[in-house]
Amino acid sequence: MPFDQGGLQDVCRAVRQRRSPAWAVAAALLAPSAVFLAAFTYWPILSATLRALTEQRFGQAPSWGLGNFTRLFADDRFATAVGNSALYALGTIGPSLLLALAFALALRESGRLNALLRTMLVLPLLIPLVAAAALFTFILLPGGGLLDWHLAKLGIGASNWLGSPDTALGAIIAITIWKNTGYYMLFFLAGLAGIPEEYHEAAKLDGAGPFTRLRRITLPLLGPTLGFVFIIALLNALTQVDHVVTMTRGGPSDSTNMILYYIYQQSEQNMDHGLAAAATVVSVAGLLALAMLALRTLERGIHYES
Amino acid sequence: MKANRAPVRLLVCAAALLWLVPFAWMAVAALRPQVAGALDAASLLPTGPFTLANFAEAWRSGRFPVWYLNTVFVCGGILAIQCVTVSLAGYAFARLRFPGSNWVFTAFLLQLLLPPVVLIVPNLEMITRLGLYDSLGGIMAPYCASAFGVFLMRQTFRSIPRDFEDAAQVDGATRLQAIRHVLLPLAAPGLAAFAIVSVTAHWNEFLWPLMVVSSPRNQVLTVGLASFTASAESGADWGLMAAGTMLVAGPLLLGFLAFQRRFVSSLVFTGLK
Repeated sequence: MPFDQGGLQDVCRAVRQRRSPAWAVAAALLAPSAVFLAAFTYWPILSATLRALTEQRFGQAPSWGLGNFTRLFADDRFATAVGNSALYALGTIGPSLLLALAFALALRESGRLNALLRTMLVLPLLIPLVAAAALFTFILLPGGGLLDWHLAKLGIGASNWLGSPDTALGAIIAITIWKNTGYYMLFFLAGLAGIPEEYHEAAKLDGAGPFTRLRRITLPLLGPTLGFVFIIALLNALTQVDHVVTMTRGGPSDSTNMILYYIYQQSEQNMDHGLAAAATVVSVAGLLALAMLALRTLERGIHYES
Repeated sequence: MKANRAPVRLLVCAAALLWLVPFAWMAVAALRPQVAGALDAASLLPTGPFTLANFAEAWRSGRFPVWYLNTVFVCGGILAIQCVTVSLAGYAFARLRFPGSNWVFTAFLLQLLLPPVVLIVPNLEMITRLGLYDSLGGIMAPYCASAFGVFLMRQTFRSIPRDFEDAAQVDGATRLQAIRHVLLPLAAPGLAAFAIVSVTAHWNEFLWPLMVVSSPRNQVLTVGLASFTASAESGADWGLMAAGTMLVAGPLLLGFLAFQRRFVSSLVFTGLK
């Protein structure tokens, strides 16, 4: 609590009266949010850190130490999960941002057909990831599934997309790209709408071709949007593992195990809370570092623009 | 310039059609009568006869009424509490000058980078300690404060002139009355945008409700669907699975198609203002 008992009375009085110090009014108005943030954001970070630093040994009193982190970094499965998360992030962010930008550029002009095509691309955003997983379970079904059935007509043999360690992560990535590209396209469309038409006209008069205009005008001015969408995509890549939970359970041979799924497994199945807490702390630190880095780059991009 | 536009358009149309394929299959398969061992389950051609038998079967074998009620209750409850918390905090950040406000605001925004699902293990511990394990309240609790909502309401309030609330307060309204009866009606578009984003997010959420709830009567649609599809899959009952998926995804899809412009502007409203 940011205030003691006396402070609390000040605050209550502040709400009733109009003439009261701004900080007391602010504290009263922020309190409802602050209570929930404290309980479900700040305290959990702290408690996970404390839990991660506590070593539980069978039959002994718990002691402080870095044992959980040592175990975590020695665990091959964690290394695999981190590697898969990185692959998953790269494999989803790059293609879906590129595709989203291409769709936005192609569909930026208004018109009935464009509106319809945009709607078709955005629809996957509205369904739960588990529903997407259900649909793709059939699409990727070996042999009789949608993909193999149609590939067979082209003379291509069946594959076990989700059952083979070589293709499972790729399949999971494809589902995420399908689901999120339309969302990112919306941001790019909004960003493109903010670029004055005169810039393009002026460049055209100067004889700049479409690619020069894209590279010299559109992309630099889209910088802030790009940075913003990148952060959203990064968060999505690290937090959206619903399809891993329902489709592959991290397998086969851990080929789709990711950091968040690893944490889920350690706490739900192995009941190894120390290890789960250590992995949580590592992923929180990594997430904050990556987001700060992206924000820093984003800020530089804005300076560059102005 | 005009000449090379046609192939691009064709390519984009093809891509959009490809994007629609999973939905097309869902609709076709859900309406197709079930034939044991049918080999054309993957066909996208809507050949008749059509039937609603899959939906009836899904409704009977799943616990859809319970899942719907729970999901509506969870989404509605979260939204109701959020409306209070984000309006009050958004007002404080938009209108009041107090020492350290930038720091407090940054601390609030931390939640944007750390959604509750990242802190799933300590959050679950907290929920258990509060006695909310295996309850709908447990699903809702971590979302009662929303950094995104606070940010959005701050921006919205800032775009409204102060004169209106000042006038109300001069007329003797308290600050809370001025917020409730003067400012909030003016901020309705912002609140509506937030509502759309919030309901979409929590209708579709899976991992957190999966971990918090254990008994069947507290399950929400997504968690129910996961077990429903698992059993349909093991029986190779694809029409049933498609129908169940449609029942879960349908309401939001219909809402989107009906209020498309609203949805799109709400979804883009984030951070771009």
